[in-house]
Amino acid sequence: MSIAASASIIIVFLIFIFLLKEAIPFISNPGLNELFSSNWIPVSFQKEQFGIYPLISGSVLVTVIATVLLIPFGVIAAVYISEIALGFEKEILKPFIEILAGIPSVVIGFFGLVVLSPIIKGLFNLNTGLTALTGAVLLALMAIPTVITISEDAIRSVPKSYKEASLALGASRLQTIFRITVPAALPGIIAAIMLGMGRVIGETMVVLMVTGNAAKISWNPFDSVRTMTATIAAEMGEVAIGSTHYSALFWVGIILMIITFGLNIVAQKVLKKYQMR
Amino acid sequence: MKKSISENSVFWAVRFITYSIVAIIGYIIFDIVIKGLPTINLEFITGFPRSSGSEGGILPAIVGTVYLVFGAILVSLPLGMASAIYLSEYAKQGRFTRMIRLAIVTLAGVPSIVFGLFGLGLFVIFLGFGASIISGSFTLAFMILPTIIVSSEEALQAVPKSNREGSLALGATEWQTIYKNVLPYALPGMFTGSILGVGRAAGETAPILLTVAAFFLPRLPSSIFDQVMALPYHLYILATQHPEAEKVLPLQYGTALVLLILVLIFNLAAIFLRSYFRKKYKW
Amino acid sequence: MVNFNDSKITVENLNFYYGKVQALFDINMKISEKKVTALIGPSGCGKSTFLRMFNRMNDIIDGTHHTGSVLIDNRDIYKDGIDIVALRKKVGMVFQKSNPFPKSVFDNAAYGPRIHGVKDKANLYEIVEKSLKDAAIWNEVKDRLDENAMGLSGGQQQRLCIARALAVEPEILLMDEPASALDPKSTARIEDLIGTLKQKYTIIIVTHNMQQASRVSDYTAFFYEGKLIEYDYTDKIFRNPEIKQTEDYITGRFG
Ligand SMILES: Nc1ncnc2c1ncn2[C@@H]1O[C@H](COP(=O)(O)OP(=O)(O)OP(=O)(O)O)[C@@H](O)[C@H]1O
Ligand SMILES: [Mg+2]
Repeated sequence: MSIAASASIIIVFLIFIFLLKEAIPFISNPGLNELFSSNWIPVSFQKEQFGIYPLISGSVLVTVIATVLLIPFGVIAAVYISEIALGFEKEILKPFIEILAGIPSVVIGFFGLVVLSPIIKGLFNLNTGLTALTGAVLLALMAIPTVITISEDAIRSVPKSYKEASLALGASRLQTIFRITVPAALPGIIAAIMLGMGRVIGETMVVLMVTGNAAKISWNPFDSVRTMTATIAAEMGEVAIGSTHYSALFWVGIILMIITFGLNIVAQKVLKKYQMR
Repeated sequence: MKKSISENSVFWAVRFITYSIVAIIGYIIFDIVIKGLPTINLEFITGFPRSSGSEGGILPAIVGTVYLVFGAILVSLPLGMASAIYLSEYAKQGRFTRMIRLAIVTLAGVPSIVFGLFGLGLFVIFLGFGASIISGSFTLAFMILPTIIVSSEEALQAVPKSNREGSLALGATEWQTIYKNVLPYALPGMFTGSILGVGRAAGETAPILLTVAAFFLPRLPSSIFDQVMALPYHLYILATQHPEAEKVLPLQYGTALVLLILVLIFNLAAIFLRSYFRKKYKW
Repeated sequence: MVNFNDSKITVENLNFYYGKVQALFDINMKISEKKVTALIGPSGCGKSTFLRMFNRMNDIIDGTHHTGSVLIDNRDIYKDGIDIVALRKKVGMVFQKSNPFPKSVFDNAAYGPRIHGVKDKANLYEIVEKSLKDAAIWNEVKDRLDENAMGLSGGQQQRLCIARALAVEPEILLMDEPASALDPKSTARIEDLIGTLKQKYTIIIVTHNMQQASRVSDYTAFFYEGKLIEYDYTDKIFRNPEIKQTEDYITGRFG
């Protein structure tokens, strides 16, 4: 029983070990410095380059846009479902949101490819609809169930007495929600957003399918970008095992793992500190 | 009253935003159902693909996905349930359990593509399983392990303490207590949570991309060391890698719909089971 | 204080701790066989904790420890190598909140015998019937043995729990406020039952109800802040307590 329970620990270690194992050859040749530069040109007749800055900027751009969308929509929906919606509405809304969490990312990506990206192309008069914005919109949508579920927990666990005290002082329901309830639940909501961001950064298929996959540093939402996840997915199929390119992709994986690990730990700390779970 | 009018309009705005999210979800499902339905027929479901997937059916992809999911359950369910039972019933809370919990949280946050890399490194290359059902199943199993552990533990925690104390006070051993007076009441919840995890496994693409999925393989697998096609990967290929992606759009929609149905069945079953058992077991 | 030569239970220099918080302080006490001993005292004074020492139910709480000893039939139940299962079989317990398992009435009563290896149907039925009769609930449930126990009334549930404890044939019965959640009529039935059960069992009962203690018990122990303040014949305690704190408590002048 305790052996089974240690499985999680063992797996985490195995993940680190096997990522490192495949990544290590890169350190001696061409060296880690190579990673910290701004050109990702893994296949080239002259000189291959494995600078991951464009991949990081791609992930960051997409994540930032998605988060900007995610925060208002996620929090507002959570507030609505937990504080405003009528009983029967809740019964319908919650399963519906959960269904969204269940739609496979490749299906969302497919929808983005054939429905959303033409819309974005037309709307903003672009050459291509495969942009950072397209990916971000879909990612925000995918992360919404996480944000709603966890924020809602946090909102629900705000003591009734706070709300009643506020209402008894003559505050309106709206004032109570935005002055008392939401601030009291804020740590939980922040953690929810961070966990949502974790999902966004780690998501692969959607960005692979709709962000256009151009490995260049850009902060323009209407540009095509290439994220870390998409890079691994797109290129791993074609590399020779053990090659420099192959090792470089494992480095990208390690960096991804570290980022999401950090986000998760901080989010859990926030959650635990405020006893939201 | 001026104030209540503005308050009302804020409420309506909030409501509008919430329902627009719902509308988008609804629209995605609607779009895929409407455009996917015409493609779905017996031949599509039970036929083999032809001319690199431009024609014919998707049977190997369906079968492949079913095998992968089944394999993932076989590995993750016993492991996850045993972990949960240990954490919730046996372990003294201390350093070891804290480490396990940290590991679970970490695992839950690992991006699926990183699971793919890991599966590639461990199963495909190091253990020499190659791109195969077994590599893919293990990778998926590890990916859904946290979901299974967390929801199983929740189900165990939901069984009242009095069930344990009452049994122990009668002289039952710890294991008898768990086996006879805790597990039977927790199992439905444990399965429900696990179904959700399994649904996720069925729809995942990134991990199988690197560990099992075949581009085009118009036959059924004969052993767990075979490569297979899988629905999510097939959809990805048809939508992005196919030379005539536009032309095979109906096939893409058909595949998307089949995948959606498969995953939604898991999810609806879990949601339904949960509310059923919640009503049945009120203590 | 009372002292018996042939006590069923002997507690010596018992200290108990929840982590760093001490809940019982240096308790010495002997408990007489086939008598009812009542534990009284204000909320949080350690009655339940003390009661749970006798069947080692405190063991299941993480981070607890104790010093001193608890002897049952002159054997230290906390000594290494003691069979806890056998101990708990010998020392039955009824909880404050009646806690029938969400199973049928029959399965509840049969739970103990079954885990202790009784398989034979007829034998099992006999045990169940006998313990339900002993717990004075047989007449009410004999036609609904297959029904879920959660459907019984509160008083019936509690008597079923007593029956469940009796079915493993204990020698000692621990009762933690067994009637505190019941209406007066059900309470009276439980009290009557205790009166009959003491012919066969050594009973230790925790209660907040002074009348109840004086009605059902032979001896009464008054606890305050984890310490045993006074222990004597129930008559003596209620009529003429030696210590002022005891008097204040039983007369309701407690602050
Ligand atoms: N599981 C526990 N962990 C930590 N402290 C506990 C625990 N159970 C009880 N205590 C503490 O030990 C002390 C004695 O508690 P106990 O339950 O024995 O009191 P009691 O006399 O039975 O009270 P009541 O009449 O309310 O049932 C209290 O201060 C209580 O807070
Ligand atoms: Mg108590």
